[in-house]
Amino acid sequence: MDRIELIWMGVKIGAVVFTMLSSVPVMVWVERRGSALMQNRLGPNRVGPLGILQAPVDVVKLLFKEDFIPAHVEKVIFVLAPAVLLIPAFMTFAVVPFAGDIAIDGKALHAQIADLDVGILYVLAISSLGVYGIIMAGWASNNKYSMIGSLRSSAQMISYELSLGLSVLGMIMMAESIHLRDIVAAQSGHIFGFLPRWGVFTQPIGFIVFLTASFAETNRLPFDLPEGESEIVAGYHTEYGAMKFALFFMAEYMNMLVASALISTLFFGGFQLLPGMGRLIDPTGALIAKFFTAGNPADWGRLALEAVSFSIKVGFFMWFFVWVRWTLPRFRYDQLMNLGWKVLFPLSLANLVVTAALMYLRVI
Amino acid sequence: MLVKSKPSLRHRFYLFEILTGLSITMKNFFFGRKVTIQFPEERRIYSSRFRGLHYIKAVNGVENCTACMLCPTVCPSECIHIEAGERADKEKYPVTFEIDILRCCYCGYCEEACPKDAIKLSAIYEMARLTRADGVLDKENLLVQRGKK
Repeated sequence: MDRIELIWMGVKIGAVVFTMLSSVPVMVWVERRGSALMQNRLGPNRVGPLGILQAPVDVVKLLFKEDFIPAHVEKVIFVLAPAVLLIPAFMTFAVVPFAGDIAIDGKALHAQIADLDVGILYVLAISSLGVYGIIMAGWASNNKYSMIGSLRSSAQMISYELSLGLSVLGMIMMAESIHLRDIVAAQSGHIFGFLPRWGVFTQPIGFIVFLTASFAETNRLPFDLPEGESEIVAGYHTEYGAMKFALFFMAEYMNMLVASALISTLFFGGFQLLPGMGRLIDPTGALIAKFFTAGNPADWGRLALEAVSFSIKVGFFMWFFVWVRWTLPRFRYDQLMNLGWKVLFPLSLANLVVTAALMYLRVI
Repeated sequence: MLVKSKPSLRHRFYLFEILTGLSITMKNFFFGRKVTIQFPEERRIYSSRFRGLHYIKAVNGVENCTACMLCPTVCPSECIHIEAGERADKEKYPVTFEIDILRCCYCGYCEEACPKDAIKLSAIYEMARLTRADGVLDKENLLVQRGKK
């Protein structure tokens, strides 16, 4: 690995980690203000302009709070659990491509931290590791509510992972690759001459199943059974406080971010430019060329715009998570399981069969 | 009588209903009239009969109270303490008049019982204090004219 690749790798990791970490306070603010406005309230609007500093102030408060460990918990596992939940959420983003390739000195550099051969399988494998964190938290808390919450969470995640995996299979078959960059590349071009060849148009049922399952995977409403104030207090993080609780909170938003990134990558053309952004490439490239002159300005312009359009897509889905949360009432536990096993699972299987048949007949 | 009706296919399909719900929340997000009262700047308007912090009405700097003891008698939470005394002109007056606002239940019976129109309940509802001792209002404090009743 030579110098340019090393610098590029550092830039990529730095940018991704910084963006992921800084997206949490922003999302907390968006969630609080968004929910308030949807419920005809105002929400936090005192700290800073429009209340934007509320989240940083909350972070400071959480950092300085006493790091209390209840006497009846299993200390080692109790402390370990938030990290076990948070780290997989971070790791998943490693294979998500957030922009196209760029050539410097004749070397093609990918805007993707790790270009693994297992691609999407890595995402599915790592994202299901998060359930260990939840189980550990519930078990170590030595508390009935926590235990029930974590059991619900794991049952939910396992049930929905099946549909999640099967709904992705359709896209994998159409792209004929499990590399996320190949899946993105397979979504270029148009169908019927005007519609972008995005997964949402070629695999609509797969998209709906994936979207629903990712809501369940991230434990967000309407599937937030692991928490439930009226039944099991706060579920698996009942016994947690201060920064350890904040880590659970961060992990939830990280999972949301990863789920949004996956939805955009698999079904919305990933980093491909939004319709109509193509004409901005040259002006952006010219702007970037004023600052530094490695490689082709037009390529840099394309790269920047691709990163921007990827962020817009991810941002939309982050907002969608919030939007759905404050729209739909939560499911009852049996309804959740019924939906997972009796609706989404057969639906994703049927989608798979139909996709395979259509591909065999060379319709798509 | 329990009437059971099977929801239509459109309802059972969920997705259209979810889209309707999403549009409703979005409508509220942008156009919903926000009901929040921004407290220190804006205040809720209460009825003029609202019963808040007490005061003793004074005319020309002299309190109306004649220490007749009707208010401590009627008070259900026994939070009024009066010691009576005599003025130079042989008129009875309260030497001390204390109301423990931590005990008071703001029923307004004292105001109703008072024959001299002396004890009043104002419209002030911010009564947070730093210490318990601050919660006991003395005569000097009660003579601050807090309302126009």
